Amino acid sequence: MVDRKRIDEATGTSTVGHEWDGIEELDTPMPRWWLWTFYASIVWAAGYVVLYPAWPMLNSATQGVLGWSSRSDLEREMQAHAERRAPITNAIAATPLTDLPAKPELMQAAVQGGAAAFRVHCVQCHGAGGAGVKKLYPSLTDDDWLWGGDLASIEYTIAHGIRNPDHKATRVSQMPAFGRDGILDAAQIADVVSHVRVISGQEKPSAAAARGEALFQANCAVCHGATGAGDRTVGAPKLTDAVWLYGGDRDSLTATIVQPRNGVMPRWGHRLDPVTVKMLATYVYSLGGGEKVSAPTLAPISEGQGADGQP
Amino acid sequence: MASPDDLTGENAPLYAARKGVYPKRVDGPFRRFKWAIMGITLAIYYGTPWIRWDRGLYAPDQAVLVDLANRRFYMFQIEIWPHEFYYVAGLLIMAGIGLFLVTSAVGRAWCGYACPQTVWTDLFQHVDRLVDGDRNAQIRLANGPWTFEKISKRAIKYLIYLTIAFWTGGAWIMYFADAPTLTVEFWTGQAAPIAYATVAVLTATTFILGGFMREQVCIYMCPWPRIQTAMMDEKSLLVTYKDWRGEPRGSVKKAEAHPGAFGDCIDCNQCVAVCPTGIDIREGPQIGCITCALCIDACDGVMKQVGRPRGLIDYCTLDDAATEKAGGVGKPVMKTLLRPRTLIYFGIWSAIGAAMLFSLGQRTRLDLAVQHERSPLYVQLSDGHIRNNYTLKLRNMETRPRRVAVTVDGLKGAALWTEAGSRETAGQRVEIMLSPDSVTRLKLFIAAPGDGPARQDFTIATRGLDGDPRGDSDIIQFDRPEAGQ
Repeated sequence: MVDRKRIDEATGTSTVGHEWDGIEELDTPMPRWWLWTFYASIVWAAGYVVLYPAWPMLNSATQGVLGWSSRSDLEREMQAHAERRAPITNAIAATPLTDLPAKPELMQAAVQGGAAAFRVHCVQCHGAGGAGVKKLYPSLTDDDWLWGGDLASIEYTIAHGIRNPDHKATRVSQMPAFGRDGILDAAQIADVVSHVRVISGQEKPSAAAARGEALFQANCAVCHGATGAGDRTVGAPKLTDAVWLYGGDRDSLTATIVQPRNGVMPRWGHRLDPVTVKMLATYVYSLGGGEKVSAPTLAPISEGQGADGQP
Repeated sequence: MASPDDLTGENAPLYAARKGVYPKRVDGPFRRFKWAIMGITLAIYYGTPWIRWDRGLYAPDQAVLVDLANRRFYMFQIEIWPHEFYYVAGLLIMAGIGLFLVTSAVGRAWCGYACPQTVWTDLFQHVDRLVDGDRNAQIRLANGPWTFEKISKRAIKYLIYLTIAFWTGGAWIMYFADAPTLTVEFWTGQAAPIAYATVAVLTATTFILGGFMREQVCIYMCPWPRIQTAMMDEKSLLVTYKDWRGEPRGSVKKAEAHPGAFGDCIDCNQCVAVCPTGIDIREGPQIGCITCALCIDACDGVMKQVGRPRGLIDYCTLDDAATEKAGGVGKPVMKTLLRPRTLIYFGIWSAIGAAMLFSLGQRTRLDLAVQHERSPLYVQLSDGHIRNNYTLKLRNMETRPRRVAVTVDGLKGAALWTEAGSRETAGQRVEIMLSPDSVTRLKLFIAAPGDGPARQDFTIATRGLDGDPRGDSDIIQFDRPEAGQ
């Protein structure tokens, strides 16, 4: 290559000796300011190495005299965001829960805050968007509520949970294991299933269903009501509608009557601060099934922390 | 540079210092044209943010404003939202094709007259002549010792550089906020830190690029001189030294002594002296030539003095150069400019412009975007109906509050309501108040009977209820549980 170097006639500059199909490259000297820019970059880099974390060591890196770290940056930013949010958080804390819907901006902030908390604490069971999991965890988006769908009831359920054995104020009810404990035999259970499927419009009336109705009135109506309308004060589901937590087909209903699940929801009152619980309630309320009318609650909410059975 | 004897180039230097360029003052039609362009471009740059334009109560009254904070771009009566960025893309495409057009017709006219680097370099070179004097005085001063005069002249010059650079940076930020307000805030220390940082950076770059780097930017940094070689052809106008007329060079005295032995070039070097990039045009077309045509002015002046025809250096195409060399006469300028290539570029350029103007006139200022909520896709309601949830984005792009209706079409038995309502009050449509110049996000619930296809397309539409019934619609899906679930 070097031997092909020659002086270009037009410019008086040497070529580098490369040639591609007659096209040659001039060996034009670099501008000197480019060299100075390069030196300035080296000086800058030297300063950077001294001031900021730079050299990787065995277990960490050099710290830099400024003591900068991305972690402290993050902490500062989180602090700033907390301060920025403080006025809204305080306003939500100061506003009674049932007054929030009347203040659209505050309600919107609460719903958004609730959505964020929901993604951290609730999606594991209730799913993203509160869709629930079929035959395991209830959907929070529909218009069928076990314990009430108004703001106050939702907040109570979140704060105190369902069937928490260590907590007095928790929501509690227990469906007997009619099959496992031998209260009803298999034929009787089949009759009750027929009746339930008739009142929910899934089957035509039959002799089995008529037998089942008598059994239903004797065994189930005390909680589910004579017509199967359910009772929210004891979390007894409505049996006449189209929404089934554990399934409405014959097999699922039989399984439920033989051995009910009696699902447990943890209580969050002692883990999350009251504002977060409040915001979670507004979020669940906003998912589409929120009820405007306040349902009567049995246990007073104000019992709060003192009622959890622990001093 | 290596000596011509050094055929290997082994001793060529790796780095070369910048050669000082001290362009001489010159007058002529092209110089006056450059003055005019400089005046117009600088007036546009400094003046535009101060033009007011009344848009009513709910929008800023600055004619040209890039409102990054609120994501709006205002240009006189046109307001552009972020989702309409294709208008800006269209403008950029027009600018690109405009460069093709200009380059194929008149070569590097952008470089020579309108490029900010050229305009500001020209401005700074005028400052040089104002403070240091013309070419010879500048060279003397540059080569002379650091006397008190030199120090004070340099101090004054750099101070003027800095002032120009500062106003350049200062004018830039005015495009991004209300200019009168920002000016007051800037001088009272209340402007945003980014404003001060921008002014500082642009002051520094203008000072360095305009005051010191100058032609080095064109020769070493700018990609456009390289790209333009692909844009030009043998019919593009170039600043050309007509060597067939000028060579061999000889002084007026020599030419008188030997009539017929010398060409028209008297080797007075005036073309080199006035060149703002310090090149010799007589070496032929080269990357350093920005085609500012100041050498044409200089040469025409000299030719007039020695009584020879003008145009020894002139705008000329490569085709005409060949013709003239062979003794013919070049084509007239109009014929050079109007040829298929330039006309096609111009056609494309105007078509894009016309299409954008047409679509600007046609656009609806009420826009709807619907998103179907995916988690869950559908909700089983207790009465057997199915509910789907949608997120609506309603853009009211007018600067007035509006009342609009949202309706559905093609979904039997549908009832819709928003968060503010409930299923009990649900009906065939909902009415919404939209704030001026803003986006309203809504959660829309739609319930429909459970018997139907598992997935069904239908339309959600919005229209104005306040006189202007134009609106927008979106086709979206309604989901139901698959049979047997």
